[in-house]
Amino acid sequence: MAASSRTQVLDLYQAMLRERTYAVRRIRDAFRENKNVKDPVEIQTLVNKAKRDLGIIRRQVHIGQLYSTDKLIIEN
Amino acid sequence: MDVQATTPLDPRVLDAMLPYLVNYYGNPHSRTHAYGWESEAAMERARQQVASLIGADPREIVFTSGATESNNIAIKGVARFYRSRKKHLITTQTEHKCVLDSCRSLEAEGFQVTYLPVQKSGIIDLKELEAAIQPDTSLVSVMTVNNEIGVKQPIAEIGRICSSRKVYFHTDAAQAVGKIPLDVNDMKIDLMSISGHKIYGPKGVGAVYIRRRPRVRVEALQSGGGQERGMRSGTVPTPLVVGLGAACEVAQQEMEYDHKRISKLAERLIQNIMKSLPDVVMNGDPEHHYPGCINLSFAYVEGESLLMALKDVALSSGSACTSASLEPSYVLRAIGTDEDLAHSSIRFGIGRFTTEEEVDYTVEKCIQHVKRLREMSPLWEMVQDGIDLKSIKWTQH
Repeated sequence: MAASSRTQVLDLYQAMLRERTYAVRRIRDAFRENKNVKDPVEIQTLVNKAKRDLGIIRRQVHIGQLYSTDKLIIEN
Repeated sequence: MDVQATTPLDPRVLDAMLPYLVNYYGNPHSRTHAYGWESEAAMERARQQVASLIGADPREIVFTSGATESNNIAIKGVARFYRSRKKHLITTQTEHKCVLDSCRSLEAEGFQVTYLPVQKSGIIDLKELEAAIQPDTSLVSVMTVNNEIGVKQPIAEIGRICSSRKVYFHTDAAQAVGKIPLDVNDMKIDLMSISGHKIYGPKGVGAVYIRRRPRVRVEALQSGGGQERGMRSGTVPTPLVVGLGAACEVAQQEMEYDHKRISKLAERLIQNIMKSLPDVVMNGDPEHHYPGCINLSFAYVEGESLLMALKDVALSSGSACTSASLEPSYVLRAIGTDEDLAHSSIRFGIGRFTTEEEVDYTVEKCIQHVKRLREMSPLWEMVQDGIDLKSIKWTQH
């Protein structure tokens, strides 16, 4: 993997991990699944998708905080 | 843990819908300006997303207000269109209320309906289906995955039988779409009902798939401006259908991952409950089964009391549409469950967002309360003493 896309990927990984449970688990599994991808075109496609998903996560976490509810019994 | 009743909106779905609730509020049928064109483009994109999940052509997808409306359109629409030559329909005893009710209302119009029984496993007998088909049968309707016990019907085989006998095949796939692979051509399905809020999409929207080759004709239920190729008049709700489309696309991407995860969690739930509690029965065939819908009967415990005890967990006994009545579920009765076991049943729903902690918590509480309720139960005492409950002669006081 080229140096710049490696940094990109790692940065994205860090940024996405800061979000919530489902997202955390799904992100970790997705990055793990794709870690052996070698084709640079495919890598770029996955990186672009991850960027879009990061945008979604950020917006939705924000909205979730605007309309927050009581914690689930599990979260207490 | 009641995902068969409804599911939360996936954040990716909400994200896709918001622009159409805020800025892009045009009517997709307005032909004359950019608001309309943008809205129409979004609607058609959503249509393509729904179609691609089930292997259909976008022109075969009609947006509706939900699976109930889709079922009504499919069943009444087909029956009425072909009424001059065909007056018979076939369905099963375990279908959703809206299917059974549509059939009942057709009976009042002079149609004849055969309600096929199911075996103990919950699956229909294919030979009985073949025997029930008459020369004047227009439609067979069998749901793909049952919402109460999670049983999967042999859809591809039913499709083959119907196709060979030239009878239309409709399936209520509300609980199956986006969770198990479905292809309307491989499975020879002619009509299919889809529900938005069962697949992490918004409530109030669904779709019906109506085959074009060979063409299935349907008499429209709702009169009006002729939207959706005349099959369902009314302004198509752009934000909702965009949500449905996004939900279908996400489901297609996540299907394998979700299925693996949900299967593991289901295994965990069942094993942990069964190894700590005796006399627990799983309703429905364990093999032809969708893992996310688990229906368990706890002998010698009353279902409602257990639900009340488990009040921190969202569960249900029976299904949401029948939960108001005191009668035990007709689905459980159809698979031959004894009255007392039917009253003791709970449905556990596991979905995309269910966590291990939630499953473990539910299992722990369930075991705790079943043990407690059994301690209080005179029936349980008698069973422990070796008395056969069936031999008891109950007297009136």
